[in-house]
Amino acid sequence: MKKVNRIFTVIVFIFLYIPMIVLAVASFNKGMDIAVFQGFTLNQYRELFRDDDLLRLLGNSLIIAVISSLIATVLGTVASLGIHSMRGRLRSAVMALTNIPMTNPDIVTGVSLALLFAFTGVLLRINSVLGFWTLLIAHITFSLPYVILNVMPKLAQMDPDLTEAALDLGCTPVQAFFKVVLHEIMPGILSGALMAFTMSLDDFVISYFVTGSGFVTLPVEIYSYTKKPIQPKVYAMFTLIFVAILLLMVTMNLLQARDSSKKLRRKEAHR
Amino acid sequence: MKRKWLSGPYVLWMVLFTLIPLGVVVYYALTDSVTGAFTLSNLANFANYWPIFLRSIWLSIFATLICLLIGYPVAYFIAHCKPSAQRLLQMLIMLPMCISFLLRTLAWVALLEDTGIINNFLTSIGLSPLPLIRNNGAVILGMVYNYLPYMILPLFTVIMKIDPRLIEAAEDLGCNSRQVFSKVVLPLSVPGIVSGITMVFVPAVSTFYISQKLGSPGTILIGDVIESQFKAAYNPNLGAALSLVLMVLIFICVWIMNRFTNEDDEESMVTL
Repeated sequence: MKKVNRIFTVIVFIFLYIPMIVLAVASFNKGMDIAVFQGFTLNQYRELFRDDDLLRLLGNSLIIAVISSLIATVLGTVASLGIHSMRGRLRSAVMALTNIPMTNPDIVTGVSLALLFAFTGVLLRINSVLGFWTLLIAHITFSLPYVILNVMPKLAQMDPDLTEAALDLGCTPVQAFFKVVLHEIMPGILSGALMAFTMSLDDFVISYFVTGSGFVTLPVEIYSYTKKPIQPKVYAMFTLIFVAILLLMVTMNLLQARDSSKKLRRKEAHR
Repeated sequence: MKRKWLSGPYVLWMVLFTLIPLGVVVYYALTDSVTGAFTLSNLANFANYWPIFLRSIWLSIFATLICLLIGYPVAYFIAHCKPSAQRLLQMLIMLPMCISFLLRTLAWVALLEDTGIINNFLTSIGLSPLPLIRNNGAVILGMVYNYLPYMILPLFTVIMKIDPRLIEAAEDLGCNSRQVFSKVVLPLSVPGIVSGITMVFVPAVSTFYISQKLGSPGTILIGDVIESQFKAAYNPNLGAALSLVLMVLIFICVWIMNRFTNEDDEESMVTL
């Protein structure tokens, strides 16, 4: 039974990675047609680094992802501290608010923000409010719940005596936060920030509704490729992004593994 | 000290950018596109789109069930690996989600196209090409492919937390392995099943890109209709009305699903 399950899991992983293999192979293809491999070339990669437009779009995506995930991480972490001290009705109300963007389908979130911005535009008599700022607001909004849901469990796991001890030893509450609490909840903050960053980088549906012609991100541009044929250098770009994320995740994984083995050793030393 | 005020800015932000926008959706849904007067005609128009709604629901129910059938054994397998292997496999499941889902869907188009990779291969070994794209099956495949990780991850989290002593106890009390599964493991994984189903069904029922690329004009989904109201036909009032119906429908589904779990666990939605 275990063996059957192992083979099944391998098949599912192959299924998950087939499109990635197709894209990676296409990035080395001499021909334009993704379905016919006409020989190996590195030209697509050379072309990619000469294409200022494509690099500018990637830059736009990265700018939005970095700024929105930073703001969402700070705002969300501070909010988690507040929610952690709440009880009863108030707490469930705030958590329900947090769950709205998570339960709502992306298209509804996108449409609702687009209508809000359109409505504000009408009120302020501005023709087009859509652009960098609306995109940033939207990305912060859908990232915030992920930060909260990653930080809250770490706060719940933390020993409240630690803060008490810090306060008894003469820390101000702010000092206690920076010296004790922050250190304890850091893994939650980091994974929340990473999730916010990747969600923002990959978001298409919400961005599509709140973006103007002035500021376009990479996924929104790719959507417009339905009208024109896709250029193979786009595959090259995503192969590079894939490798970069793979390296980032492997590093995180190794750090985590080292961290947990250190913790294990510390526990054993205690005994 | 009033620590709860720390969440003030956050609550203000969420009210401004999630609650009020939903109010604006309701406002647009209930007003006329030209005169701005109160009307129910946008919502009544929804009857014309009922077949499309039904198709969206059916296709995504299918896709969700397939995800559950595929995802459960995989999650079960990962949950029974060594911790280091668990971390690696979990990472490998999340990794594809970091690449633009548009591009991954385009890769599927390249695979399934009439002159695509699979059919080219079939003709090269002397078989006749198959109609793989522009049908309901291709749309379901696209949904399963894109949302499978959202099923596996919550299932894995729940299965991993099951106390092995409970399984030992069931075995000691005379359960065979099938009984252990149906009487202990499966009931304890219900919260993961529920959140997995929600996390696959919600994006699947509202998708608009997968059906455009892998389906045909005859298989458009409600997401496509809403999108075209904002980007092509420009009737935001009708689009708002359809979004409102979709949202209410999903909230009802989620609410029914959550009846199945007694836990009022506030973090049950996403546990990555």
